[in-house]
Amino acid sequence: MELLDIDLIVLVTFGGAVNWTVGFLTTVAIFGIVALGLNLQWGYTGVFNFGVVAFFMVGAYTSALLTLPHPDTVTVTASGDEVTGILDYAGGFGLPVPVGWLAGMGAAGALALIVGLPTLRLRHDFLAIATIGIAAILRSIANSIEGLVNRSSGLSGIPRFLDELASGEDYRWVLLGIALVMLLLVYLVLQRTTGSPWGRVLRAIRENENTAKAAGKNTVSFRMQSFVLGGMVMGLGGAIFAHRFGAIAPTSFSDLLGTFLVWAMLMVGGSGNNRGAILGALLVGFFWFGTPLIQEDLPDSLGNRVFMIRQLVIGLLIVVFVVARPQGILPERRRVSRFVTDAGSDGGRWPSLWSRSSHKA
Amino acid sequence: MGAIGLTLSYGVLKFANFAHGDLMTLGMFLAFAVVVDAGLQGGAIGPLSFGWGMIPAAVVAMAGVTLTILSLDWLVFRPLRARGGGFITMAVASLGLGIGLRAIVQMIWGPAAFRYQSGINEATTIFWDLKVKPDQFFIFGLTLLLVVVVYLLLYRTKLGKAMRATADNPDLAEVAGIETDQIRRWTWVIAGCLIAIAGIMLGIQAQLRFSAGFHLILPMFAAVILGGIGNPWGALIGGMVIGISQEVSTEWIDTGLKPAVPFLILILMLLLRPRGLFGSTI
Repeated sequence: MELLDIDLIVLVTFGGAVNWTVGFLTTVAIFGIVALGLNLQWGYTGVFNFGVVAFFMVGAYTSALLTLPHPDTVTVTASGDEVTGILDYAGGFGLPVPVGWLAGMGAAGALALIVGLPTLRLRHDFLAIATIGIAAILRSIANSIEGLVNRSSGLSGIPRFLDELASGEDYRWVLLGIALVMLLLVYLVLQRTTGSPWGRVLRAIRENENTAKAAGKNTVSFRMQSFVLGGMVMGLGGAIFAHRFGAIAPTSFSDLLGTFLVWAMLMVGGSGNNRGAILGALLVGFFWFGTPLIQEDLPDSLGNRVFMIRQLVIGLLIVVFVVARPQGILPERRRVSRFVTDAGSDGGRWPSLWSRSSHKA
Repeated sequence: MGAIGLTLSYGVLKFANFAHGDLMTLGMFLAFAVVVDAGLQGGAIGPLSFGWGMIPAAVVAMAGVTLTILSLDWLVFRPLRARGGGFITMAVASLGLGIGLRAIVQMIWGPAAFRYQSGINEATTIFWDLKVKPDQFFIFGLTLLLVVVVYLLLYRTKLGKAMRATADNPDLAEVAGIETDQIRRWTWVIAGCLIAIAGIMLGIQAQLRFSAGFHLILPMFAAVILGGIGNPWGALIGGMVIGISQEVSTEWIDTGLKPAVPFLILILMLLLRPRGLFGSTI
C-alpha cells in the first residue's frame, strides 16, 4: 500500500488538486469497503479480527492470479522499457476481472473459515490472538515460496477493469466510479443483512451470548457466518485494490495500514453503524493520506517524523475512542426492527457491549 | 522469557495485552540507551558479551517499563474497569497502545536496527553438535531462576495468594478484604520487570529494532496458551517447545516460513487441548 503515495502529488494546481481528490476518494471507498467488513465482524457480532490485512491480501492475490495472463506469455515492461524480469507465479488464467473479484471474496472467506474453525468456539480472545499473526505468515509465505506469487518482487500488469471506457488520465474517473459503486453495493447488502432477523441474532450474540443460546440460536455458527462474510467483504476490497493499482507486492500489505488503520476508522466512525464505518474511513483516511501533503511545509524536525507521528495518532485515536467515546461519532441506532419505530431509543448505543464482562470458555 | 510476564498479566488481569511485545521493545531500548548511548559499559562479566553496565541498565529499563505500564493502567484501563468493560475493550485499547508505543520508540530511536557491540562470544560445544554461547547459558539460567521466583511468589507468599484470588473471582476477593486494585498494580509491577528483562535479553540475543517485540506477540501468546494461561512453568515449557520447533522446522521447510510454526502449534493446541498442556493454574 505504499503505492498510494504515488497519488500524493503536491496540490499546486487545480488539476493536481482534482487528481489528488479523485485518487483519495477511490482509496477511501476501498477502505470503506474493508471497514464495512470489519464492522460486520466486530461492530455487529463482537468478533475480534486483528488480521484484517490478511483477508485483504488474500483477496488481492487471488484475483490477480486468476486474471493475469499465463506467466509464459507475459513480457514485463516497466515504463516502456523492454523485458526487465520474468514474472514467476502460479495460475494466470486470464479470466475476466469480475470472476477474479468473486474468487478473491471466496478465498478470503475460506481463510476466515480455516482460522475460525479452531478458535471461534473457544474463548473470545483466542480468535484475536490467532488473527494477529496470520498477516505476517501470509507475507512470509508470499516472500519465500517460489513460483507462487513472484515472491518479493510482486505481481504487476494486473488487468484493469472496464479500461475500454476511458484511456490515460481519464481512467481514474472510471476507477473512482467502480470503487464508489462497489462501496454502495456492499453498503446496501450489509444494511439489508444486518437489518434482517439474521442481523438481529448477531447483535443478540454481541450483547449476551448466553441469552442468544437460550433462545435456541447456534451462536458459534452465527459468529462463524459473520466472520466469513466479513472476511469476504475484506477480500473484495483487496481485489478492487489489486486491480486499481495493477501491481502488488508483499510489502503492499502492512499491518499498520491494512489492519490498524481500518480499526481506527471503525472506532472513530462508530462501530455497529455502517454509515459510521464509511464516515470513519473518510475522516481517518483524510488524516492519514493528507498529512504527507503538508510534510514539506513543516519544519524539518517535525517533517521527518510525520510518518511516526501519524502512526502515534492512529494508536491514540483507537485508545481515546475506546475510553472516552466507545460508540464513535455516529452511534449505532438502537432498534429492534425497521417496522418498530420507537424501541424506547435514546439514539444511543446499547451500553452493554462495553460493560460486558469476560465469558468463560 | 517474555511469555512468563505475559502469562502473569493474562492470568491475573484476565485480558490479552496486545501491547506486551511493544513494552518489551521499550525495555530493550531503555537498557540499550543506558549501556551504549550513556557509555556505561562496565567491565566484562566473565565470558558474557555484556559488561557490568547492564545491571544499572536493567534497573532503568525495569523502572521505565513499570512506570509506563502503571500510568497506562491508570489512564486507560482503570476507567475501562470502572465502566465494567470486559476484556474485549481492554484488548482493543491495548492494541492501540501498542501501535502508539511502537511509534514513540521509532521516533526516539529511529527505524534502523541496532546491535550491542559485537564482542566475540565464543560458543562452546556441549555434546554432539550442540553449540551454546555463554550468553545463551546465562539467559536460560536467568529464565529458569525467574520462573522459580514467580512460582514461589504465586504459591508461597501472601501477595501471590491474593493475586490468585483476584484472578479467580475479583468480587469475592474484594469481599474477603483484598485490595484488588492494589493487587492489580503489583501484578503490573512484576510483569513490568519481567517484560523489561525479557526485552533486554532479546536485545542481547538479536538486533534491536522497533518492531522486534511486536513480532514476538504471536509466539508468546502461543507459548502461554500451550503451557496453560497463568502457569509460569507452562509458559517456560511452552516457550521452549515453540522456540525449539521453530528452529528445528528449518530442516524441512524454508527459513522464511518459520513464523508460521507457532501459529500451527497454536491452532493444533486449540483444537486438541485448549486448556493448555498443564492446565491453567491461576
